[in-house]
Amino acid sequence: MIGPESVRIALQGLAANRLRSGLTILGMIIGVASVIILLAVGDGSSRAVQQRIESLGTNVLLVLHRGPLGGAGGFRAAGPTLTAPLTLDDAKALSDSNNAPDVASVSPAVNASATAVYNGVSYSPQQFVGTNPSYATAHSYQMAAGTFFNSNDLAAHARVAVLGQTVVANLFGGQDPVGQSVRINGTNFQVIGVTARKGTNGFSDQDDVVIAPLTTVQDAITGFGSLSSITVQAQSRGQLDAATAEVTSILDSRHHITNARQADFRVLNQGALLQTSSATGQVFTTLLGAVAAISLLVAGIGVMNIMLVTVTERTREIGIRKAIGARKTDILAQFLVEAVLVSVFGGVLGVGMGILGSQFQIAGVQPYVQAYSVILAFGVAVAIGLFFGLYPANRAASLQPIEALRFE
Amino acid sequence: MTESDWTTGPEPPADPVIVLRDVTKIYRLGSIEVAALQGVSIDIEPGDFVAIMGSSGSGKSTLMNIIGCLDQPTAGSYLLDGVDVRRFEDDELADVRNRRIGFVFQSFNLVARSSALANVELPLAYGGVPRAQRRPRAEWALAEVGLEGRVQHHPAELSGGEQQRAAVARAIVTNPSVLLADEPTGNLDSATTADVLHVFSRLNDEGRTIVLITHERDVAAHAKRIVVLSDGRVVEDVRRVSVHDPPPLYQGEYETTEPPP
Repeated sequence: MIGPESVRIALQGLAANRLRSGLTILGMIIGVASVIILLAVGDGSSRAVQQRIESLGTNVLLVLHRGPLGGAGGFRAAGPTLTAPLTLDDAKALSDSNNAPDVASVSPAVNASATAVYNGVSYSPQQFVGTNPSYATAHSYQMAAGTFFNSNDLAAHARVAVLGQTVVANLFGGQDPVGQSVRINGTNFQVIGVTARKGTNGFSDQDDVVIAPLTTVQDAITGFGSLSSITVQAQSRGQLDAATAEVTSILDSRHHITNARQADFRVLNQGALLQTSSATGQVFTTLLGAVAAISLLVAGIGVMNIMLVTVTERTREIGIRKAIGARKTDILAQFLVEAVLVSVFGGVLGVGMGILGSQFQIAGVQPYVQAYSVILAFGVAVAIGLFFGLYPANRAASLQPIEALRFE
Repeated sequence: MTESDWTTGPEPPADPVIVLRDVTKIYRLGSIEVAALQGVSIDIEPGDFVAIMGSSGSGKSTLMNIIGCLDQPTAGSYLLDGVDVRRFEDDELADVRNRRIGFVFQSFNLVARSSALANVELPLAYGGVPRAQRRPRAEWALAEVGLEGRVQHHPAELSGGEQQRAAVARAIVTNPSVLLADEPTGNLDSATTADVLHVFSRLNDEGRTIVLITHERDVAAHAKRIVVLSDGRVVEDVRRVSVHDPPPLYQGEYETTEPPP
């Protein structure tokens, strides 16, 4: 008689005590919803980290100078004593496709602190960068308006600049800046493009930036001295480690470094740093999931508790059913279906609540619901209903009809 | 269920429906052994209306449980429709209770959450009767006990007599070999008692075999045969009316409705 008949009888059973069934279902809803929401929070934060990694640029290494006492590398007692700065020649050496076959592009960059003035408004961007056209690709800058400067601009020392969204907002207040002239540290630059919004990379606002050709910036502002950094793009993600080794070896020989501890430069893989934090995020997701799973387990125990009460309460009814010919499996099915229905209702409503709850920001994280978490939460809920329903249902099915009929 | 299961009325000489031989039942309460039945032998023919009497503790409830396949004898044999049920497993016993026995209890024992109709349909559901066939059969059974107007009522909305008649309808809906009633009028007042006993008499007159357990002489007076138990033994076995005659206190009413196919 397992089938629609059992479902009908089980539904009648659930309807017989609506408040109690409702509370048990509520426990299930909370369990399922918390699994979905907490996993979504974990996934949301992992995703945010992933987006930052992508905004840093794809397959990018950053080569920085390290001074005698700290510098870019921070304070180090055993740091290098004699240091050579990074130069344009270093950058050129890195572009050598024989020595560095895994390197796709090299973008030397100089940073300067700058103040930009337009129409009487002045603003100091976080970053003023002079670099090569390949910098845009390496750092994943998309253009929102205009164009990035090209190699002709670089060769011609053209006084052109590309602005980030934050700079545009502060200097132009919504006007179209392309074609306008901005005065930076006393030199006029024509704005030829605006980059698309990138947001933060976890370290700084990547939109608070002015980018100009390296030659122009050296001409007008920094002079032809050392470089601030060299951005190296590897051919692919898999070649990042090889590229790191090549860059290190080329610079070692150019800077006469024999001992890695004495190196006056360092090669940073910011993506790798963030991947560490992404791994931390996964631990975090697992922990959240485990906490939520406990609430689901508690809900399952609630189902079992209520089913045991129900079986005791309906002992006489079980006796009647057995007396008129119910087999053991009929009784088993009746109570098992009832337990599973509780968890199915709780599961469906919990999935709804979980998806609804994941629409809101939680602790600064935008939760991201993934199909696996919904399927997992629902599946586990139903499995829990089955598991915790089995014992009470079996107890009901094993009752002796005369004993059950005698029960008051 | 086959066609022959529906034919009612005895065809003499018929084989007994129930054959009890030296049935003994011993309960163990800790180290004490209590013999509820001590060698009871009874044969019941089809179409008979037997009252089993006895004071409390006489073993009549134990006998009823054994006849109803709710319990198994410790010793002796029990043949229901010629089949020895002692060898049956739980599920086979459930099927026997479903198809061959109709129970009527003192406290009605209807499922409170279901309508009268759903209660009467229940044995058919457990018997695997397709849904489409259950309703007409249940409606026929309820009409047999005069409840055709109250099929959708829940037990709480029915009077005691009506509840017991619904329970009788549930007992006869599968067309069992024996209708087994345990103090069916114990919870009823005298007017509804007469009502219910009239239903039993009519069902017996239609050819149903009825075993009625009671401690009241007035109730037993409706039966064709009275068996008295005392201390687990049959002490009296009186036939008052022939199996083929109408029950003693039954007058008229030959309006038999044919059961649906």
